[in-house]
Amino acid sequence: MSPLTVCLLISSGLFGIGLAGALCRGNAILVLLGIELMLNAANLNFIAFWRFGPSSSSAAGVIFVLFALAVAAAEAAVGLALVLAIYRHQRNVRLAEAVRLKG
Amino acid sequence: MSSTSPVDPLLERAPLLVRDWVSGLFPAPARGLADALLAIAAVILGFGLLFTLLTLVERKALGRMQNRPGPNRTGPFGLLQPIADGIKMLVKEDIVPEAADRPLHFLAPVVLVAFTLVAYAVIPYGRHLLPVDLDAAVLFFFAAGAATELAVFMAGWSSHNKYSLLAAMRALAQLISYELPLLLAVVPVVMLAGTLSTSGIVAAQGRWSFGLVPHWYACTPWGAAGLVIFLIAALAEANRSPFDLPEAESELIAGHLTEYSGFKYALFFMAEYLGMTALCAMAVTLFLGGWQAPCMFLQVVPSYVWFGVKLAAMLGLFIWIRGTLPRLRMDQLMRLAWKFLVPLALLNLGTAAFWRLSAGWEALPAQLLRWALALLLVLGPAAVIGRRLSARVGPRTYRYAAP
Amino acid sequence: MIPVLTAIAVVLLGAAAVAMALRNLIHCALWLVLAWSALAAFYLWAGAEFLAFAQVLIYVGAVSMVVLFAVLLTRRLPDVNPAPPPPPAGGGRILAGVAAGVLVAGVVARAGLTSPLPAAGAAPVLTTRRLGVELMGAHAGALVVAGVILTMVLIGAVVLAAPDSGDAPEGDS
Repeated sequence: MSPLTVCLLISSGLFGIGLAGALCRGNAILVLLGIELMLNAANLNFIAFWRFGPSSSSAAGVIFVLFALAVAAAEAAVGLALVLAIYRHQRNVRLAEAVRLKG
Repeated sequence: MSSTSPVDPLLERAPLLVRDWVSGLFPAPARGLADALLAIAAVILGFGLLFTLLTLVERKALGRMQNRPGPNRTGPFGLLQPIADGIKMLVKEDIVPEAADRPLHFLAPVVLVAFTLVAYAVIPYGRHLLPVDLDAAVLFFFAAGAATELAVFMAGWSSHNKYSLLAAMRALAQLISYELPLLLAVVPVVMLAGTLSTSGIVAAQGRWSFGLVPHWYACTPWGAAGLVIFLIAALAEANRSPFDLPEAESELIAGHLTEYSGFKYALFFMAEYLGMTALCAMAVTLFLGGWQAPCMFLQVVPSYVWFGVKLAAMLGLFIWIRGTLPRLRMDQLMRLAWKFLVPLALLNLGTAAFWRLSAGWEALPAQLLRWALALLLVLGPAAVIGRRLSARVGPRTYRYAAP
Repeated sequence: MIPVLTAIAVVLLGAAAVAMALRNLIHCALWLVLAWSALAAFYLWAGAEFLAFAQVLIYVGAVSMVVLFAVLLTRRLPDVNPAPPPPPAGGGRILAGVAAGVLVAGVVARAGLTSPLPAAGAAPVLTTRRLGVELMGAHAGALVVAGVILTMVLIGAVVLAAPDSGDAPEGDS
C-alpha cells in the first residue's frame, strides 16, 4: 500500500468518526466538534495529495489548507456563540429541544 | 557600514568544540542523536540553573527595593536559598483533593513545563548556538506558548474547586487577550527582516552605523514601540506583576494553583520563571539584536556573552517593574489590552511599513524628516489614545498619614 | 516512514473516537486537543512545517479555548458533571450515525484501494518565504476575503453571544 492510500484511509476514517459524532450526539457543542473533525479530515486529505500527488512543486495545497484552517476556526467561534444564544433561551444545550422556531 | 564577520575566534567556537568532543565519544551512527541530546541537556541545565539563580536574585532585589535585606541566612548572601527551597518543595506532602480529576491534575504541570521548555529550541544563544534552525521559528515559539495556556485551564478545572475554576478562566482571559498585542508587536519585525527564522532576524540586525551605533530594531522608532508593547504583553503572558491577578495571594487564594502542593507547585513556579525567561530571550532576539555586539570593535567579546548580558538586563527590568508597580484589576487589564495595546500595535505596523518604504531617504534632511515622522506616528496615537482612555478617571488625590 | 505514519494514525483516530464517545464534555474537548496535536504531527511528517505550527497555534491554542469556555458557560446548574444518560430510543440514532460513518469511510477506502492513484512526485520542499510570496501574490485576493470573513465572524460572534439589551448583564467580560 502506498503512503497515499494509507493517508486516504486515515482521512476517511477521521471523517467517518466526525460524521458519527455529529449525527449521534445530542449536545450542540459535540455536534460542532464533530464538524470540526470532518473539516480536519478534509485538510488531511489535501496535505496527503500535496505530499504524495504528482505535481508536488506548488504551494497550492498548503495555501488551501491555511485558508480552510482559518475559516474552520471562524466557523467554530460563530457556532459556539450560537450555542451560547440557545443556552440563554432554554437553559441547556440539548439539540432535541431546539426545535421551535418561536424564540 | 556593514559588519565584517571576523574569523571565528576560539572563544566563539569553544562550545561547539566541547560538543564535538563529547559526541565523538559515541559511535558514529549515534552522533546526530548525541548532538541533539547534548543541546537539550545544555539548555535544560543552563536555564534550570538560571531559574534557581533568578529566584534568589529576585527576592534579594525586591527586598532591597522594599528596604529590607532579602534572604541572607542560608549560606553567604543567601546563596544556598534556592537549594533550601528545592528541598522544601521536594519533601512536602503531595495532596490531591479527593474529588479531583487525578490524571488531569497530574498532567497539567507536566504539559506546562514541557511546552515552555520546547519553546527554548528556536532561540539563538550565540553565533553558532541555535539548537534547531527552523524556517518558521517565530511561529513555533508562539505556538508552544499558546499550548501552555491549555495547561492553565487543566490545572484550574481538574482541582474541582469553584475558586480554582474561576481563577483559571480569569487567567485564560488574560492570557488570550495579551496574546494579540504580543503577536502584533512581532509582525513588523518579521516584515522588516523578511524571514520568520530567528537566525535570519538576528543576522538582519547585524550592522553598525559608523561602527558604533547598532542597527537593532529597538533603535528605530517603530522598534522601540514594538519592544515596549512586546514587554508589556510578555509581563501579562508570564503572569508577572503588575498583571499577576491570577496568582496573587489576596485573590482567590492562589488562583488556579490553589490545590497544588509540593513538587507540582514547584513545577508551576518553574514554568512561570522559564516562560518569563523565554519571552525575554525572544524579546532580545527580535528587538535587541540577539547575540550581536553593540559596537563593531566589541565583537571580540563572544556572542553568547552579549546574549547573556542583554537577557540579564531584560530580566532585571522585569524584576524592577515587579517591585515598583501596583497590580492591575481585571477590567483595567482587559481595557489596557484591547483598547490601548492592540490599536497601538496595529498603528506600529503602519509606522514600520513607512520606515521600510522610506529606506531610500539617504540625505541628512530626509533622514531627519523620516525620524521625525516615524516618532510622530508612534508617540502621537499613544498620547491621544492614552488621554481618551484615562479621561473619565478622576484626578489623583494623595492623603498622607498624620505625623 | 510508514511506522511513523501508523503511530500518528493510531493516536489521531483513537483520540478522535474517544472524544466523540465520552459523556463528560471537558474530557471530550481535551481528547480532541490530543487529536489536533496528532494532526499537527502528521503535517510535520508530510513536510508542511508552517502548517503544523499554524495548526497548533489555531486549534490547540485558540479553538480549544473557545470550546472550553462555551462548555463552562453552558453547564446545567447546579451540578457540575455530565448530562444524564440519553433515553433508550437514542440507541437507534447512534447505530445510524455509526453506520453512516462506516459507510462513508468504506466507500472512500474502496475507491482509494481499487482505482489507480497518481504516482507520487518528489517530496515538495516549501520554504516559508515561498509560501509568503505566493500568499501575497497569486492569492492576495483570497487573503483579503479571508480577513473580511474573520472580521465579520468576530463582530458576529460578539453580537450573537452578547446578552439582549434589556436583560441584566450576564457576568463579567
